Amino acid sequence: MADDVTRKIIEIIAEQAVLEPDQVSLDSTLDDLGIDSLGLVEAVFAIEEAFDISIPFNANDPGDSEFDISNVRSIVEAVKGLIAEKQS
Amino acid sequence: MRRVVITGAGAINALGASAAATCEAMREGRCGIGPLDIRDVDRLMIRIGGQIRGYDETAHFSRSEIALFDPFTQYALLSSREALAQSGLEITEALSYRAGVIIGTSGGGLHTQDESYRLVYQEGKNRVHPFIVPRLMNNAAASQVSMAHGLKGPSYCVATACSSSNHAIGQAFQLIRSGATDVMLTGGTESMLVFGGIKAWEGLRVMSKDGCRPFCKTRNGMVQGEGAAIFVLEEYEAARARGAPILAEICGFAMTSDAADIVMPSQDGAARAIAGALADAGMAAEEVGYINAHGTGTTANDRTECAAVRQVFGDHADRLMISSTKSMHGHLIGGTGAVELLAVIMALRDGIVAPTVGYVEPDPECDLDVVPNVAREARIGAALSNAFAFGGLNAVLALRAI
Repeated sequence: MADDVTRKIIEIIAEQAVLEPDQVSLDSTLDDLGIDSLGLVEAVFAIEEAFDISIPFNANDPGDSEFDISNVRSIVEAVKGLIAEKQS
Repeated sequence: MRRVVITGAGAINALGASAAATCEAMREGRCGIGPLDIRDVDRLMIRIGGQIRGYDETAHFSRSEIALFDPFTQYALLSSREALAQSGLEITEALSYRAGVIIGTSGGGLHTQDESYRLVYQEGKNRVHPFIVPRLMNNAAASQVSMAHGLKGPSYCVATACSSSNHAIGQAFQLIRSGATDVMLTGGTESMLVFGGIKAWEGLRVMSKDGCRPFCKTRNGMVQGEGAAIFVLEEYEAARARGAPILAEICGFAMTSDAADIVMPSQDGAARAIAGALADAGMAAEEVGYINAHGTGTTANDRTECAAVRQVFGDHADRLMISSTKSMHGHLIGGTGAVELLAVIMALRDGIVAPTVGYVEPDPECDLDVVPNVAREARIGAALSNAFAFGGLNAVLALRAI
């Protein structure tokens, strides 16, 4: 069963991909979902707004950012880390 | 067709408060990028920029002028004054009807907007200064320059984001070449280093937090700058007849549109603009010794620009120099092509090619001679200036030494 954070992130990513949330799995990559660079920047923004966090993401080198966007699972993990950091 | 030459240059930006000071900094490879000193900088993630230091508007303008001049207008006026002084051109009554102004700017009076919105939204004021509109309008700089020097021919502003300056200069060139005018003041100006201006750019996630390193493997984005550069363009025979200082000849200009993506650059659009400028100038690719690159320091631009240069120049791409002076003055957005034209003039006139500073590691995707870190002496007969804007609008100028 997905937790609230995971559910919310999937919802945001699904919206960017113009898909239903149940079509997005933790193993999906942004490429699989057809999310381009602008879509990714918008998704990062929406996630920041949803959880009131600041994500260290630079579109110049998404693969090399401190924020791992390899797939939905890695994004969820990174966001959970940032939320924990903020709460501590 | 009539020939068009540059007979005066003026500038103010992070590298200096004149065209000569700017060129000297470029020659020395000095970087004008540093910590931003603006209101609310602590609420920004991006805290560096190519900011003009030690500028005092009251040293140049009266109180009543300042009420009408946003910094972007002030920079254009100061640069125009300097350019006209260098050209030695006297605007007679007869000439005034054959002379105009085209100035590129992307954002216009952003200081005025930022300050006024702060007053009405944040501070709850219900009244703003009566001149907010004439101060912030995009054409304010072009209009004030026309008024300051009595230029009564065609004047307007051009807003094509990062290509604004090159579009403006190219249009001014075409007006003189076609015979529509005899003299044009042209260039670009921008003053986007305000809280709202930087906050908006932060959102795109393309800005670097630590520096502008075009063509370098370690590059991680662009850095904004501010300022202006303005040039006097004249018809060649008239300029020669009056013994004007001729800095360079503008020989060709081309504009293209990618018609593809609102932010991602296109190799095809860039290559067509470069090839178009060469064709318009009747310039063989082998003539070109230097290209002033758009070179923003983003991953996408620099890779695409190098590929476009290779596509157009073939083997000759390995025999020309290409540098990005944004590494020193930052990206002046609508004003950038104008400041960068100074580097082109310096290459053609003084035989000094401005470097790309901050370069630490070669990138196989940008394997051209980018003149890393140190200026170079070279005899340059012909040069290009590239500008490729968000929105896919490309504008390339072709110039020759004279």
